[in-house]
Amino acid sequence: MNAVRRGLGNGLVQAFLVVIGLIWLTPLAGLFLSSLRSAEDTAKGGWWTALAAPGQLSFDNYSALLKNAGIIQSFWNTVLISVPTTVLVVAVAALAGYAFAWLDFPAREPLFLLVVALLVVPVQIGLLPVAKLFGQLGLFGTIPGVVLFHVAYGLPFAVFLLRNYFAEMPKEMLEAARMDGGSEWRIFIRLVLPVGRPALASLAIFQFLWVWNDMLVALLFADSSSQPLTVELQSQIRQFGSNIDVLAPGAFLSLIVPVVVFFAFQRHFVQGVMAGSVK
Amino acid sequence: MTATTLAKEAGSAPVASAGRARRTRRRGRIIAVLFVLPALLLLGALVVYPVVFSVGRSFFDASGTRFVGGDNYTEMFRDPATLKAIRNTTIWVVVAPALLTGLGLILAVLVEKVRWATAFKLLLFMPMAVSFLAAGIIFRLAYDEDPDKGVLNAAVVSVHDAFAGTSSYPTARAREGQGLIHGADGSYRTGTGVSPGDSVTLGLVGVLPKDLPAGAGPAYAAAGRSAAPDEVRGVVYLDFTPGGGGRQGEVDRRESGLPEMKVEAVRDGRTVASTTTASDGSFRFPGLASGAYTVELPESNFAPPYQGVSWLGRTLVTPAIIGAYLWIWTGFAMVLIGAGLSTLPRDALEAARMDGANEWQIFRRITVPLLAPVLTVVFVTLVINVMKVFDLVYIIAPGPVQEDATVLATQMWLVSFGGGNNQGLGSALGVLLLLLVIPAMVFNVRRFRRSQR
Repeated sequence: MNAVRRGLGNGLVQAFLVVIGLIWLTPLAGLFLSSLRSAEDTAKGGWWTALAAPGQLSFDNYSALLKNAGIIQSFWNTVLISVPTTVLVVAVAALAGYAFAWLDFPAREPLFLLVVALLVVPVQIGLLPVAKLFGQLGLFGTIPGVVLFHVAYGLPFAVFLLRNYFAEMPKEMLEAARMDGGSEWRIFIRLVLPVGRPALASLAIFQFLWVWNDMLVALLFADSSSQPLTVELQSQIRQFGSNIDVLAPGAFLSLIVPVVVFFAFQRHFVQGVMAGSVK
Repeated sequence: MTATTLAKEAGSAPVASAGRARRTRRRGRIIAVLFVLPALLLLGALVVYPVVFSVGRSFFDASGTRFVGGDNYTEMFRDPATLKAIRNTTIWVVVAPALLTGLGLILAVLVEKVRWATAFKLLLFMPMAVSFLAAGIIFRLAYDEDPDKGVLNAAVVSVHDAFAGTSSYPTARAREGQGLIHGADGSYRTGTGVSPGDSVTLGLVGVLPKDLPAGAGPAYAAAGRSAAPDEVRGVVYLDFTPGGGGRQGEVDRRESGLPEMKVEAVRDGRTVASTTTASDGSFRFPGLASGAYTVELPESNFAPPYQGVSWLGRTLVTPAIIGAYLWIWTGFAMVLIGAGLSTLPRDALEAARMDGANEWQIFRRITVPLLAPVLTVVFVTLVINVMKVFDLVYIIAPGPVQEDATVLATQMWLVSFGGGNNQGLGSALGVLLLLLVIPAMVFNVRRFRRSQR
């Protein structure tokens, strides 16, 4: 009797979760199917009508997208922004994280508390002053400007994460390396970075996705020649509906990279997001 | 640490190495400073300095030339658009984190009971990898008001129609002066008293031949049949001959019947019989007592089709965007709470089960209290993120509804850069955002200091 009831309860749980799963999948399926239909078909009926008429589906929108100079340019801009940002954040934060964890310098504790305090500072507060500063430096509207801004606002979390990870390293290991006469630089390269690889990977993936998906920062700091995909697509959203044959495949192009990264590095990704949630 | 090691070494050869130790120590410090310098410079120039600058700038007017004291801050609570933003951000903070934490908790508990838990978690977590822009486009599509385009309204309309039924002839109407009276509620009825034994023809226009239901047949034959003494017969037809040539008010040979029309026989204001027309538009009310009747086509035949919900209209736009936000963040809440769940002591749960507690009691009395710290962390994290929500609102709210959906972050953007061009007020809004996250800042610093002891 009890087993029957438990079986029934489990059936209900399964059904409920299947429904939730379908609800989660539907909007994404809608975007993908819409990206495969012509604008005329989309104007006539919803994407689900294509399920009954698979003839509507083709990759024409995507081949048109590949010939769309604006989209392609902005796609490469996205790469040129997110890859250097990721490398710089990881490098600068690894150096600082190691110093905060194991090296001795004046005001080490208060400075690190400052980093912890900066964790939650909203990006918004930096927009206006940094825009002025970059205007004077000639960085406004350029990719290096966007990168620098992202690096700065990615650093508090990155330094926090890496300092905490490095601090867990056994003290004996470092002391042994110092006894052997290794310089701090050699210890950092040969010992700290390899040991810290899991944390560095999580950080890199988190940072990459964060910057890849950013729109706000680039909306202000990039101009039309340096803008990433998100801004390019955003600028077309006013005509929503009539240009769905550009927006839908464009959005799909912009999300497929992070989703592939997500599935390829699930574990690191989840850890990175979890750790980064304090932001 | 370097210092202590070196001091121990120095103990063995006190005199000669004291100076060397100090030199080494100074060199170590210089190296350490070189390690942290890039980070500190970037943080100082691009994070700390802007905070100070913004605080200062918020006390100056739009052009930045005149000191106005706290005027920008009082303006914030007077300007209707900014007030709206504050109100909407409050709605976000009150609704979204609580919903997400609750949903995440329920799903985290339930998903442990199925074998495909990992796949489910991956699916729900995946939207975290998707940009707000892409999510915005996804939900602009899903929320489209036209039920033929937006999947959500398509679902709402089909559920509505399944329960309330659809009208077949929203555009149909009767010609003036052809014997049908248009009721105030949209119905049509015969004017004169109809008695058993009578046949009536009810002619309508305004239906395009292509909109006729499949299987609609000519009404001519049915119109010719005469009624038995105790029944009323009739036909509802489209008084229009394709290609022209028909006479108005008469059933011509090629004119079509209107099937599935609801017809009622009314006597003294009470409906005594009702039926639906056949494929040739014919109907009959058999077994009527003698007397005067009215034949009526109720308004449900002509009601305009149900169009669903205006998701991105003024009233629902904020809840609709919160819905999109749930799609993105539920997986996060679920996975974080799930991680907390897996650390719960199994013995406590098993003991409760042995004592005969049911699943609900275990959930309510053991799981939730033990999870309280994790739930707090999830909740606080979500509050911080919700306060800064920008992209999703900016993308999903259509142009004319932007001002109804506006939140602090979008308002700050609009005021500073998007046409408002009031950088004084914009800075004040930025400072307000910062003030709102200061409790979280204090929380983080305290938690860190405690963990160091």
